[in-house]
Amino acid sequence: MHLLKDDSAADRLSNPALAERVRTQKFSAELAPSMDHLDQLEAQSIYILREAFARLKKIALLWSLGKDSNVMIWLARKAFFGRMPFPALHVDTGKKFPEMYRFRDHYGKEWDLDLRVEPCPPIDAVDPTLPPAARSAARKTEGLKMALAKYGFDGLIAGIRRDEEATRAKERVFSPRGLEGNWDVRDQPPEFWDHFNASPPQGAHLRIHPILHWTEADIWAYTKRENIPIIPLYLAKDGKRYRSLGDQDITNPVASTASSIDEILIELEQTKVPERSGRALDHETEDAFERLRVAGYL
Amino acid sequence: MNMIVTTASPATPNGTTRPQVRIVIVGHVDHGKSTLVGRLLHETGSLPEGKLEMLKAVSARRGMPFEWSFLLDALQTERDQGITIDTTQIRFRTNSRDIVLIDAPGHAEFLRNMITGASQADGAVLIIDALEGVRDQTRRHGYLLHLLGVKQVAVVVNKMDRVDFSADRFKEISDEISAHLSGLGVTPTAVIPISARDGDGVAERTDRIDWYKGPTVVEALDRLEPARALEALALRLPVQAIYKFDDRRIVAGRIESGSLIAGDEIVIMPAGKIAKIKTVESWPVTPLAGRQGAGRSVGITLDRELFIERGDIIAHAGSAPRETRRLRARIFWLHDKPLAKGDQLLVRCGPKESRATVVAIEKAVDPGELSSTENKAIGRNHVGEIDISLSNPIATDPYTENPRTGRLVIEVSGRIAGGGLVLSVDAGQRAMPVDIVPVESALRPDERSARYRHNGAVVWLTGLPASGKSTLARALERRLFTNGGSPILLDGDTLRAGLNNDLGFSAADRSENIRRLAEVATHLARNGHIAIVAAVSPAREDRAAARRIADTAFREIHVATPAEVCEERDPKGHYKKARAGALASFTGIGNDYEAPQAAELVIDTSKRTVTEAADEIEHMLKTTGVLFDEVVDLAANI
Repeated sequence: MHLLKDDSAADRLSNPALAERVRTQKFSAELAPSMDHLDQLEAQSIYILREAFARLKKIALLWSLGKDSNVMIWLARKAFFGRMPFPALHVDTGKKFPEMYRFRDHYGKEWDLDLRVEPCPPIDAVDPTLPPAARSAARKTEGLKMALAKYGFDGLIAGIRRDEEATRAKERVFSPRGLEGNWDVRDQPPEFWDHFNASPPQGAHLRIHPILHWTEADIWAYTKRENIPIIPLYLAKDGKRYRSLGDQDITNPVASTASSIDEILIELEQTKVPERSGRALDHETEDAFERLRVAGYL
Repeated sequence: MNMIVTTASPATPNGTTRPQVRIVIVGHVDHGKSTLVGRLLHETGSLPEGKLEMLKAVSARRGMPFEWSFLLDALQTERDQGITIDTTQIRFRTNSRDIVLIDAPGHAEFLRNMITGASQADGAVLIIDALEGVRDQTRRHGYLLHLLGVKQVAVVVNKMDRVDFSADRFKEISDEISAHLSGLGVTPTAVIPISARDGDGVAERTDRIDWYKGPTVVEALDRLEPARALEALALRLPVQAIYKFDDRRIVAGRIESGSLIAGDEIVIMPAGKIAKIKTVESWPVTPLAGRQGAGRSVGITLDRELFIERGDIIAHAGSAPRETRRLRARIFWLHDKPLAKGDQLLVRCGPKESRATVVAIEKAVDPGELSSTENKAIGRNHVGEIDISLSNPIATDPYTENPRTGRLVIEVSGRIAGGGLVLSVDAGQRAMPVDIVPVESALRPDERSARYRHNGAVVWLTGLPASGKSTLARALERRLFTNGGSPILLDGDTLRAGLNNDLGFSAADRSENIRRLAEVATHLARNGHIAIVAAVSPAREDRAAARRIADTAFREIHVATPAEVCEERDPKGHYKKARAGALASFTGIGNDYEAPQAAELVIDTSKRTVTEAADEIEHMLKTTGVLFDEVVDLAANI
């Protein structure tokens, strides 16, 4: 910019050959290819992942094996030029679909992940006042807390998105958790211009949300463009498919004929049914989901 | 909220054909933001099936009349309190735009949330109650839109039904807010009379506002443009990190403005070092041949090994940002404690951080008040202009030249407390960076290490005064030299007598002292020597900066002799003087020494002889790859 309005900048260069290059460089440049919507989402997510890696001491990526966390791993491999330089943590309820375990074992190796599988405590250890599906999900929160205590992570990368669910829409990209892993929705720090609050209090941790700004359709469009492998349960079989994958006993398929990603994208254009409608825990009581999140659920 | 609308427009599975614009709705509390959002979703057919009916049923169950705002008040806590406490994002479509609506709270208590929401927006809708008119939060939000760089602002005058759709009342408010905004350099794109509750002016010009000829809210949203391209500006690539995962040394960051391509001559600011871009790395395909423009997260390799660190800015030679230790900024302040002259802060400009001191405060006002009485300090939710002096030089641009690099945030105790725009920078006294052409050594590092039988390193001894740092440093120096190595002692006090004799003992001067020590030591290490630094270096942050400078060559040794023992030794008589009050800023008798948390080695000299301690250091240097164990190993390396 100085150059455009002030040619003397080039004149001040001591080396005449360099000065000539500088003079011509800017004007002869062809334009960079413009970025489409997915490029912009990708660049933003990579920026967030690199910030997390630079500013925190010990982080891990929560790998739920679903479409969102697979996209996240892909983005992390882009951010770090091929290999994710921190562990992939799977907090295993032991109740996932067999297809999901096969996927984990296969791609954990193929993607050269530092995979850590951590179990969840038995259901008896979980708040009995929660409705059944929420209680089951809360078990995962307990498993997460145990994994945190075991490894001492100060940051966990999670694949939640604003468009999934109303309380998630309120999230920050870098979201501080209390000492008990809890989320204080009333006292979130300001976050702007891609400056993140990255100093969790001693003993507490941060959640980092690199795909908070993506939508369900974005995830599928990107999965297709990048040719990211998916679990086949997402594609319709006998008139049904899973839009969202959780534990086997609390996730239901939705009616669908979409048997390819293209068809899923067309289906999403037309549906008004929420993505998590197959997740029992979202519908039990008006505030079950928020109670879970305040307690530290994803 | 999963709100995806069915439209007549063709399906766009690749999501690429429609421009997406992000809109924030701001304004005084209770002027009807949430109602407008609810109404907009309804008018554009964006509500999920059954949502409206469900909420009407919930309202009936609670014995309340239905309100459009319930759509947004999805959280239990919000319904209880009746105000939106945080930003919520909702997507819908107009004829030609994908809109992401950011609903920001109007309550003054939650200004930080309004800022969080508004900072992401391409455009804004400022809402004003026709009955109440322009209020303090209206003005404050208008001011913040300007500070946040949101230039496209549409004003809606809501609740026109409460003033009988009076054209006169509308004009009155329109004139007042237009004057306020244009005073800030913001021209409203439209001022629209509406009733969000009844729907007038939202998607339709009804009879009740037949005197109004301008666009409806939906039409106004349709005209907003996505964020402007930054590619035409000069190249700014702030460095996020340097990765050495394999044999590539990749400098990673996001291009904030301009563009780059392999072969470009670049300058690394603030140091002013010059290099050429060798490759643009990527994954899974690498390297990339084409030009990369603003907005891309990239990784580049350079044609030479230069010291680069997080926060540096890569620019084209000849159009580099200014390097400075002093700048003026217009900021908003969110912290409970007012910002005053003399306050110590942490300033972030992109990935760069620097400690800073507030040198002067001017124009500190409450932007909500009409009579702008100036204060000495900038209170919570107020704005002002500040001069700050930085302990590390940073490279930045005034925001008028570059809206991305010309802004900063301020942190207090690890939490963002404010932010603003860089108005001007005081250029440093440094020579023009383009005149500096580093001369590379004639020797290769492996030639030196073959002779010395060690790699270059910075051995950093930190600890209380009289803890034994210098004694250990001298013993180590002798030991390494005897073994044929090339050690060089850099004693903190000795350097203060010459190189650093312009520095005192303030926090800023101590940081600069450490920075210079680290730079000299790193230069020696890069040339194959083992630089042994003995310096109290009490601030953890300063030592972290030294480690960043020396990078993988850094070995920290904490000489952790107990404070009582140090004071008892007191060979230079400093403790005695300090106890007598004759030595200000002396580290040792207070609590100002921040012990390392992850030193490579910890030595308590009250429990070791000097020889034992030197043995331990030697062992550590062997196990961490500085000293070569056996001659055989060296042969294997060649």
